[in-house]
Amino acid sequence: MRTQSCIKIKNEWNIVQARQLGRDLSKQLGFQTVDQARITTAISELARNIYLYANDGFIKVEPINDMGKLGLKVVSSDKGPGIKDVRKAMEDGYTTSGGLGAGLPGVKRLMDEFKIHSQEGVGTEIVAIKWLR
Amino acid sequence: MDSQSLYKKYEEILLNYLENRNERALYKAQQFGRKMIEQNISPEEVVSMHVKVLSRTMPNLDKETLDAFDFLLEVMVDYGLAYREHQSLRNKQRQLDSEIEVAANLQQSLLKGDVPDCEFADIGVISQPAKKMSGDYYHFVNDNHNCISVAIADIVGKGIPAAMCMSMIKYTMDSLPEQRMQPGSMLENLNRVVEQNVDPNMFVTMFYGLYDPRVQEFFYSSAGHEPGFFYSAKEDQFTELEAKGLVLGLTRSTKYNEYVKKVHSGDMIVLLTDGVTECRTEKGFIEREEVVSLIRDNMEKPAQEIVDHVFYELEKLQDFDLRDDFTLIVIKF
Repeated sequence: MRTQSCIKIKNEWNIVQARQLGRDLSKQLGFQTVDQARITTAISELARNIYLYANDGFIKVEPINDMGKLGLKVVSSDKGPGIKDVRKAMEDGYTTSGGLGAGLPGVKRLMDEFKIHSQEGVGTEIVAIKWLR
Repeated sequence: MDSQSLYKKYEEILLNYLENRNERALYKAQQFGRKMIEQNISPEEVVSMHVKVLSRTMPNLDKETLDAFDFLLEVMVDYGLAYREHQSLRNKQRQLDSEIEVAANLQQSLLKGDVPDCEFADIGVISQPAKKMSGDYYHFVNDNHNCISVAIADIVGKGIPAAMCMSMIKYTMDSLPEQRMQPGSMLENLNRVVEQNVDPNMFVTMFYGLYDPRVQEFFYSSAGHEPGFFYSAKEDQFTELEAKGLVLGLTRSTKYNEYVKKVHSGDMIVLLTDGVTECRTEKGFIEREEVVSLIRDNMEKPAQEIVDHVFYELEKLQDFDLRDDFTLIVIKF
């Protein structure tokens, strides 16, 4: 079965689709239920950020094999306003205090690896990986 | 404990509960919960462990029940995140606390002005911060003419910003030795520094005085500071040390009047910050008269004992919970 591995995020329904994508792939790859839920939550959070702040972006999910180490890679990319102060956005309690959800530190915690690149006025790209235990 | 043995232990105490269904088994569950917290196990992992034990030990459990746990697990993921965020914030706070501790010690060593030892006056001082760092400041100088100058200041605001402002005041005063004999111009100079360097919504009130033993007079000026008291032994009466003047930092070219008080043996000068007079008790703020009467009751004691006693009594009135920085100076002639 070959699922579409990239979802454009335009509305809330797309968030659900992106979650589904992550859930299916993580199941396929053999992640345990807890990790499936974590990956899905991370994707959900990233997709929600695109939906709320960027309005033009996508979520891509793909298997990754690093010299025999298997994992799942999530890419979130948008052409939104970008993040002015990335360090601040990565601080605990910065986004969550207003009840905005797990925020970027949350995504980082849910996954094993997390890379962010953001430029004001250009957009944001986040790559996050969860390795199979 | 690794995850395998944690799982085994959980299975053991869960099965033990199902067998006996008593409080003792539940107590074990509580203890186990604490252990999991110690080991940073997040809620979703606990749910997952629970499901694993159930599906292993009860093979005929229906699929619906098990699936419902997947739903619960999904809900718990965010709790797990909140929990971990809480932990990381707690660590951060610990780090901040220890930094503040260092800064507070540094400030204490700055603040610890020596109280001059002189033959014509007995001086007592107490200065206690409400939080770790103080926005109150006092300073004595005993110059080579045997004059004693005293400054007492209150930075409006508490905690770290007030403390930083306080160190600035201290260094400014240290660098103005030629103004020491003229309270008015001392305040005028300080006012300029505060006005230029401090955030516009931060103010400093200060009382500055100088006692000259050669003429037995006390010269003083005030920048909006809580008035002190003057006790006249001859009249056996406390009066306010009145002085008018704007707080420091408000406008650049404020002028400060200088006042003079003739001092006789047995007289007493009391200087304080509003943390003394604004002690809040259950019945509201205490009255300035109450401070005076506390001092009067202990007037015969040495100056240091008077301030210590007043502090203790007022602290007790507030159930030992200081709400504002507290500084009290008593000078007995």
